[in-house]
Amino acid sequence: MSAILEVDGLRVEFEHPLGAVKAVDDVSFSLLANERLGLAGESGSGKSTMALAILRMIKPPGRIVGGRVVLDGVELSALDHEGMRKLRLAGIAMVPQGSMNSLNPVMRIKAQIADALADHGVRLSAADLDTRIAALLRTVGLRPEVASLYPHELSGGMKQRACIAIAICLRPKVIIADEPTSALDVVVQRQVMETLARVQRELACAIILVGHDMGLMAQFVDRLGVMYAGRLVEVAPIGEIITRPRHPYTKALISSLPSLEARGTMQGLPGLAPLLRDLPPGCAFHPRCTQAEDRCRSEKPAVRAVGPGQQAACHFA
Amino acid sequence: MSAPLLEALHVTKRYGAMTALSDLSMTIDAGRPAITAVVGESGSGKTTLARIILGLTPPSAGQVLYKGRDLARLSGEQRWEFRRDVQAVFQDPYEVYNPFYRVDHVLTTPVKKFGLAANRADARAMIEGALRAVGLRPEEILGRFPHQLSGGQRQRIMVARAVLMKPKLIVADEPVSMVDASLRATILGSLRKLTDEMGISIIYITHDLATAYQVSDNILVMYRACVAEAGEVERVVKHPQHPYTRLLISSIPKVSIARDWLEDDGEQKVTALPGPDGCRFVERCPVAMAKCANTLPPLYRTEAHRAAACFQFETSPELAAGALTEVLVRG
Repeated sequence: MSAILEVDGLRVEFEHPLGAVKAVDDVSFSLLANERLGLAGESGSGKSTMALAILRMIKPPGRIVGGRVVLDGVELSALDHEGMRKLRLAGIAMVPQGSMNSLNPVMRIKAQIADALADHGVRLSAADLDTRIAALLRTVGLRPEVASLYPHELSGGMKQRACIAIAICLRPKVIIADEPTSALDVVVQRQVMETLARVQRELACAIILVGHDMGLMAQFVDRLGVMYAGRLVEVAPIGEIITRPRHPYTKALISSLPSLEARGTMQGLPGLAPLLRDLPPGCAFHPRCTQAEDRCRSEKPAVRAVGPGQQAACHFA
Repeated sequence: MSAPLLEALHVTKRYGAMTALSDLSMTIDAGRPAITAVVGESGSGKTTLARIILGLTPPSAGQVLYKGRDLARLSGEQRWEFRRDVQAVFQDPYEVYNPFYRVDHVLTTPVKKFGLAANRADARAMIEGALRAVGLRPEEILGRFPHQLSGGQRQRIMVARAVLMKPKLIVADEPVSMVDASLRATILGSLRKLTDEMGISIIYITHDLATAYQVSDNILVMYRACVAEAGEVERVVKHPQHPYTRLLISSIPKVSIARDWLEDDGEQKVTALPGPDGCRFVERCPVAMAKCANTLPPLYRTEAHRAAACFQFETSPELAAGALTEVLVRG
């Protein structure tokens, strides 16, 4: 299967009085058509920044300092401001973190979807617009009547679905969902993820799911990338990640998830995520790593193939 | 026998036509410390319960007794004592700090206000001890401003502040929902230590059943203002009885290569609409009976350490009003 999105050597830096902070440090991966790719990591690992960088939505003091993003053969850095604006939503749509609270409280859902369509030059008669919006809402599991409601009349799960409806209104090739269910309880979370899975089937698009819940990743994505301190430290098919995680950080992320099997087994990660402007030498994970040796303290491990479709940045993987 | 630390008796809270908490009774006996988790979705009434126990919100009906005295009618001195015995830890480790003060401020203030220490050196030793009790190194914390610390550190300082008061009960409302998964274990681990080593009872309010299972002794599952199921955590999680508890548990995505989470249909068919007096769960319940729509099921004591509010168990004895505490295990 061919790649729909290719990210190659992407680098994002933030200006800081003490020197540039590398928020995304030389990240490369490809997303296949119809694939669900997960990006996991702690807060500050660079996963949301990378999602924004793909869409070239990094704002100063941050800037993209290197790398290429290619969507379906089109290199995004070659696009001008207007070209990029058109591509957002139509080519790659984002469901940002906390998006359910980003709906305009004084506009009906219908008007907010119509806005997105109009902004991308979709001209429809009033009747056609109603039909299109009703169809979109049905796709995300909402009744057509929801169109005439205001956000405060919807539950959290319904609002999140309305955001997904806006994201898919131009049938994008890629949807980036940044922690789409972090504010929802588990029952509603499952319903929203089922909606996302159904939408993906109907649109035949690819999804990048950004988050830190390894359970959610295990159940939803095909392949998982794990980020640490701005670098992609492991990428592998999800089954491999769960059964044979190669990077010690991936192992730690999995074991920090509370299990429902045995009590008192929840393990934290020792130490704190490093400050990006003050990274330790060598492997950025070594101060928290149980397997660290001298080499890890001086030599930064390169990302290398460690198995079929599996890459890791660890000397011992 | 002296009166228990805290007793909630038939506590109900209404906001206009909406009932946030319906007829809940429970007792916290300081002599037998345990962690009791209160689990439920948004709007289930768990935060309302916390606020009523903390005396921050008066109940619409029923009362809360502190050492046998109505919380609403404590004398100045008794209220002072209550404020020391019962401590709160809230959800947001960012909002509780004044950014212009060093974090020391939240620790020195209670020491001064409550006259906990004889002198400065004493106060310093107490504060350092409290920080160590929650797994922090005082030298890395004191003298810093809130923005210089991580969310996990800030939240542990809040737990340390509560510990300083040598309380008998800590009510922790979603203490880890805003910190990273990797740090949750550490914070919850320090709560567990407070119960095991310092004899502090904890009410742990959360929407996350898995962390509740990891640290608690007992669990109360709430659904739309009512207790759906309560009891010893191992029994409730491993063998859930109430259909809502079952739905909750099956909705948690598990780290396993068996991918059955999206396949089975989490969306329940609407079987019946609840009448004003019906079971709150009836519209989503896969096993609803005719009477569920119009009669609210009481809590049935299905096992020694378990009760469930579901007519499937009506052959079990009904739990007497206020007897919820009897099914909970204690230290």
